[in-house]
Order: sequence, then C-alpha cells, then structure tokens
Amino acid sequence: MTEHSGNHHIMPLKIYLGVFLALMVLTILTVWVAFYDLGFLNVFVAVTIACVKAYIVLLYFMHLRYNARILWLTAAAGFIWFVLLTAFTVSDVLTRGWLPPPEAW
Amino acid sequence: MESGDTKRKHYLNIENTPQSWLLTLDHKRIGILYLVTILLFFFLGGVAAVLFRLELLTPDAHLVEHETYNRLFTMHGVTMIFFFLIPSIPAVLGNFLLPIMIGARDMAFPRINLASWYVFTAGGLFGLAAIVFGGVDTGWTFYTPYSSTYANSNVILAALGIFIAGFASIMTGLNFIVTIHKMRAPGLTWFRLPLFIWGQYATAIIMILGTPVIAITVLLVGIERLFGVGIFDPAIGGDPLLFQHLFWFYSHPAVYIMILPGMGVISEVIACFSRKRIFGYHVVAFSSLAIAILGFFVWGHHMFVSSQSMYAGMIFSILSFLVAIPSAIKVFNWTATLYKGSISLDTPMLYALGFIGLFTIGGLTGLFLATMAINIHVHDTYFVVAHFHYVMVGGMLMAFLGGIHFWWPKMFGRMYPEAWGRFAAIVIFVGFNLTFFPQFILGYLGMPRRYHVYPEEFQVLNVMSTAGASILGAGYLMVFVYLVWSLFKGRRSVSNPWCAAGLEWRVSSPPPQHNFKKAPVVDRDAYDYTDEDVYKSDYDSGGTSDG
Amino acid sequence: MAETETSHPDHLAHHFDSVEQQRESASFGMWLFIAQEIMFFGGLFLGYIVYRIKYPMAFATGSNLLSIEWGAFNTAVLIGSSLTMALAVRAAQTGNNRLIIRWILATMLLGSVFLGVKVVEYKDKYDHQLVAGPMFEFDADYVLEREAVPAVYADDIDVHDPQFGSNVHLFYSFYFVMTGMHALHMIIGIGVMIWLLVKAYRKRFGPDYYSPVEMTGLYWHFVDIVWIFLFPMLYLMGRH
Ligand SMILES: [Cu+2]
Repeated sequence: MTEHSGNHHIMPLKIYLGVFLALMVLTILTVWVAFYDLGFLNVFVAVTIACVKAYIVLLYFMHLRYNARILWLTAAAGFIWFVLLTAFTVSDVLTRGWLPPPEAW
Repeated sequence: MESGDTKRKHYLNIENTPQSWLLTLDHKRIGILYLVTILLFFFLGGVAAVLFRLELLTPDAHLVEHETYNRLFTMHGVTMIFFFLIPSIPAVLGNFLLPIMIGARDMAFPRINLASWYVFTAGGLFGLAAIVFGGVDTGWTFYTPYSSTYANSNVILAALGIFIAGFASIMTGLNFIVTIHKMRAPGLTWFRLPLFIWGQYATAIIMILGTPVIAITVLLVGIERLFGVGIFDPAIGGDPLLFQHLFWFYSHPAVYIMILPGMGVISEVIACFSRKRIFGYHVVAFSSLAIAILGFFVWGHHMFVSSQSMYAGMIFSILSFLVAIPSAIKVFNWTATLYKGSISLDTPMLYALGFIGLFTIGGLTGLFLATMAINIHVHDTYFVVAHFHYVMVGGMLMAFLGGIHFWWPKMFGRMYPEAWGRFAAIVIFVGFNLTFFPQFILGYLGMPRRYHVYPEEFQVLNVMSTAGASILGAGYLMVFVYLVWSLFKGRRSVSNPWCAAGLEWRVSSPPPQHNFKKAPVVDRDAYDYTDEDVYKSDYDSGGTSDG
Repeated sequence: MAETETSHPDHLAHHFDSVEQQRESASFGMWLFIAQEIMFFGGLFLGYIVYRIKYPMAFATGSNLLSIEWGAFNTAVLIGSSLTMALAVRAAQTGNNRLIIRWILATMLLGSVFLGVKVVEYKDKYDHQLVAGPMFEFDADYVLEREAVPAVYADDIDVHDPQFGSNVHLFYSFYFVMTGMHALHMIIGIGVMIWLLVKAYRKRFGPDYYSPVEMTGLYWHFVDIVWIFLFPMLYLMGRH
C-alpha cells in the first residue's frame, strides 16, 4: 500500500518544550488582547489565535506533521464540514430578516 | 459440533454455542446478528404501519384516536429509519461482504464491529422501552419546541435510543473506511473495487461526518427535557429553527446512508444478470462520492416553509437540483449496462429493475419538492410521504431484498426457491405501487400527512392505498417464509450459483471462518465477465477443515 | 483453532499482515474518530455561534461573569497535560517503561486539577443562581456589582429587562453543556489512562507496540484543542 505514516519518528524533547512555551505565550497573548476594544476584530483575533494554537497541537503533539496525507485529509474533512455546517446555517440566520414577513390575507 | 470430518467447516457450523455467537469477532456472524435484530424492528415498524393504514380506511376515527395515531406513525418512522433502514444494507450485507469482496480476513477492528452491534441493540432497547411505556408522539423528526417542551410522551427514551444507535452507525462507518483503505488484497486497486464497495465507502463518510450531529442534537433535546436546560426553548430566546438545521444536517444525508449502499447492490446485480461490466464504471464510482458530499448541503429544502431565510432557501434549492445529477448518472449508466446485455430475470434482477423504475419516480418527485414554489403547495402532504417511500421502500428496500436474495446462497449455502422468489418480487412491486402511487395524488389534492381523519372525498384513494399495503405485507411475509424454509430445506448452493464475478464468489458457500484459505491476489478489473477465470472457486480449496 | 501464520507476534491480530498495517489502521481509525468528534462538538459550537449572533450583548455579559483567572489557569493546566501526554508517547517510542508510567500519572494529575477547578467554578455559578435550568435566577444587581456589562454596550443594555436576563440564561445553557461535555470527555480520557497504567505496569508497551498510548494521546490532545476554542469563546469574547 502506498499510504505510509512515519510513526517511528521520535521528536527531540526540545521541540515538545518549545511547542509548550509557544502555546503558553499564545494563551497569554489572547487574554491580553481580549481587554482591548478592537471592534469586530476582537472575535477575529481570538479565533485566529485559537486556530494557530490548535494547529500547533495538531502538527507536533499529534504528530500530523510527520504523518500520511490521508490523516491530514481526515482531520481537514472534520474541520471543513463543521465550517460548512456553520456557514450555511449562519447564512440563514443572518438573512432571515431581510424580507419582511408576508401580510396576512 | 458437527458430526464427523466429512462435513466442510464454515463460519456457520464451526462452533454453535450461544457465546460463540454473542462474543464472535467474525464479521460474517456479526452481519447475521444484525440481520436478525433489524428484522425485529422491521416487524415492529410494519405492525405500526398496518394499524394506521387500517385506521385510514375510513375518514373518521374508527380504530384509534389521534393520540394513539400520533404514536403509531412516530413508532413506524423511528423504528424504520433509525433501527431498520440505516443499518440495513451497511450493517448486514456490508459487514458480511465487505471484507470478502476486498480479499481481507476480517474488518480492521473486529472488536469495534461487535461492539457496534451491542451498542445498536442497546439503543434499540431504549427505543423499545419508549414504545412499551406508551410511545412517542412527536413524529420521527422530533421538532422543537414540541419535543423539548410540550410533548408528554417518552421523548427522552427515544432520543437516548437514537443517540446510542448513532454510535453503532459511526463505528460501522469507521470500520468500513479503515478496512477499505488498509486491508485490500494485493492488486485490488481503487478502480478495481466492486461498486458495492464504493457505495459503502461513500455511506461511511456520511456516517462519520453526519451522525455525530444528530447525536448531539437529540442529546440536547434530552437535556432540555430532563434538566430544563433550554437550548431550543423560545421562552429564553432559543431558536427552534436551529434544531431543524441540526436535525436535517444529518437527516437529509441519512437518506443517502439509506440509498447509497442500495445503489451499490444494484450495480452488482445489474452487472451479474446482464453479464456485462457496469457502463462507465469510473463515473458511477465517483457519483457515489458526489452524492455523499453534495448531499450534505441540501438540507434546507426541508425548511422552505419554516421561516428559514428565502435566500438560504434558494441556495438549498439549487444545490438540491445539483444532487440529482449524480443520481441520474447512476440510473442512466445502469440502463446503458442493460443495453445489449444478455439479461436473465432471476429474482435479484427483478428487484434491481424494480429499483431503477421506482427510484426514478422517487427521485424525480424529489425535484418537485426541491422547487420552492411547488414545495409550498405540497409541503407536509402525502406527496412528501409518497416521494419518501418511493425512494426508501421502492428504492432501498427493493435493493435490500435484491441483495439478500443475491447473496443468500453465499450467506447460508442454500438456494431460495426461485419461482416463489420471482412471484414474491412481483407481488411486492404491485403492492408497493398500489400503496404509494395514490398517495402522490392524495398529497397533490391537499391531504396533509399525520392526521387520522380526512374529508370523505379522499376515501377511495386511501382505500386503494390500504389495499396495496395489505398486498405489500403479504409479499414480505411470503419472502420471510420461503427464506426461513430454505435455510433448512433449500437446495444446497455451489460456490458461485450466479456465475458472478467478484472475490466473494470465489470462496465456498458459506465462506470458511477466515474467508480465504489462500491469500487472494487480484489481477483484473471488477465485473470482468469476458474472462472465464472469474468463475473459479479457487481461494478456499486448501482442504476441508479450517486449519 | 490454531493460527496458520508463523511469524505473528502476540500483539498482531490474526487478520492483519504486518505490524505496520495494524498500526496504520489504528491511527487512521483514531483520526476518523476525531473527525467524528469535531462534528459532535461542532453541533454545540454552531448553536453557540447562532445565539451569539442573535444576542451579542447578553452573551458578552454572561461571559464577563465567568472568572478569567480560573479559565486562563485551566488553559495552562490543560496545555501542560498535553505536554506530559506527548512525553508519555515519546517514552513509549523510546521504550522507557518507567517514564511512560510517570508521564501518564502526571497527565492524570493535571487533568484532575482541571476538573477540580471546574468544580470550583460550577460552585461559584451555583452560589449566584447562574446554573442553567429551573434554578436559574437572573440577578441584575450581581451583574452591576461585578461590572459585567461590557463598556461598549453600556448604553444599549437594560439589565433589568427580563428578556435580557433570559438571554443570559441561554449563554449559561451553553456554558454548562459545552464545558460539561468537555469535562465528560476528560473523565473518559482519565479512565482510559487507568487502563493504560495497568498495561504499562505489565510492561506491555515498547517501540514495537505502543498504539494504545498513542491513540489515547491523540484523544487527549483533541480534548485539549476543544478547550483551546472554548476558552476564548466562553471567557474572553466580552471582555473589552
Ligand atoms: Cu432532504
């Protein structure tokens, strides 16, 4: 079979500690930035930082960086499906009020 | 144990203690366990259908009152959908055949496979408890806030049952995908796979990405009822439409969980009984994936009159039209396969031909319903009921029966009586159409679904429908009786009674415990009916005992 | 019946051809399970997003009643437990049995700290009648006292409006269901780790066979990721 996952890859301790520190720094950053009023950017920044953190966990703690493409695809499918579920539903919620309800007859 | 060594050992007779069945890790036995379990639910759902069809013989409430009637159609919907149709082909035929068809000794995760049956049975017991303690009256759709706040029936039990059974479905899907990816025999490339496998694969994608959403949704309804933690409760600003979005995000694709494996069966049967490779193999394979993926993003067509945004409705309507394309591709390609094939009309083929016709009617009326303006006219009428049953019963159940007949000799090593089989197939076809075609007309004339009384002018069509249901029921009963009879008295089957291509026909009937005594190597495409080699039963010729 | 294959190690199931195939199947299966989990939590996240769009002010106010200190502390604890879990997997890869046990114990400990903090937080919400459900009692004075109304909404919010109070209730429905579901996943994870410990004490793991440790690790990191999103969604989004 061509799909191959290099699970034998043993990462040096330094990387694990570096990842841990990066996650901590990002946590502090997201708390710090939350106290500033950036308008709609607040949500954007918070979600972006969370995504970066999740991405780091996926890459290093969950070894996705060294794994087969099919595992990437699986994780991505879950994420994309959630985004699409949300996008379609929110598109309804946001546009529901655009057209006034029909008058009674 | 069997007497003497002269008898060939296979998965059925290798050991027959209760624990050898209840603790089995053999995918074939698990398939049989599922078969027995879902038949029980089919029977229950059928009883409910008989009762409310009888009630609908007359315009007035003669047999049951509205309270009971609501519980009956809910029982019918819940058991048929969640406990029969969804597991039917994947968990029975899929479990039994998938490893053999790809040349594997078992599923990738046999323990998870067995666990899925236990989880399913546990979910089923909750569903049964809901019925025994008085039933549920919300309809199978569990719309909030009725289900979460107002209904005073066993919503929690039913919701828990569906929640639990959902995980059985997820386990099955997970097993299928890993097995198809990792366990194929040498030489069995993706485009040599039987289309049945492609269908199961597409189904498994939906099971994994869709089922968890219904699980959390019914769990939230349960939490809201049990602890009063309002999620959909309008009193605190909850949005009942959120429930409908979540519900249909699963429940529309669930229709494809029910139909895609059926389409896989039809591809196998059509190829075998017209002695031809499926026309446009690649396109048919990809159309399964296209249906699975596109089918996720059409769910809003159930909500056109729910105060869903008109704009979202338009998008959902367009996407619903698009999903008809891959379905139509399949129908055209099956028809093209028949062209100039040497067709024999054995029982499985009768079901397959029935499937093509009825599925086409069901699919085309689906386009009516996806059109927003027409949907408003026929919404929540018998038109929807008829459409749904043309796809689910005319489509899926036909495919299930066709598949059961096709692989019956493989599963049990016995032939069913062919004449009875053909007769029953025709009875079922006639009964089905008599039951559900009048419902198209009823719905178009405006008879709403889910009512136990109706204006008198609808009686003629309703009587036709009930008469048809009786014929349909008699047909099912006939099938059940002769299949059980054949288990004991049927003619013994050879390895490949249909001279069909495919690895499952190259092991003996019933297959040995670990499927293959000699590891299979595949060197040809699927449905290669030009090559005489495919009929050899050469992968278990290694002796009479199972090593 | 006896196996005909000759070179089957104990931990290789009969239906696999090689250890490699078995390991790849296990991790593929686990990732599919994680995809499934994403959609499971996805339903909840979607609900939260829809209501936050509808009731931004009530959700911001509800969020401000949570303790950001405890939330941040727990985030750190959980990230720490992800680190120890990753180190447990690494110990299994290098075949150091003592370290496997030690790091799993550390992960369980950190997980328990997280759950303990959660109990403290739930208790606080209980004291102020903020537990979603029939006992929820919106106390406008408490909101004012905590200065929970975000400055940007100060002019638009009438905390005494019962509609506003019930929308805050909705926020707490999500707070409890989401953190509750997350905590349940952690409890399950800790339960699985007990099983891992038993196996580790029996010296079952080594460089050739450590799938259970690795799979539990994947699960635990996924639970961590869920929290990475829950923390800003529940605790931070109304601070300014
Ligand atoms: Cu639909």
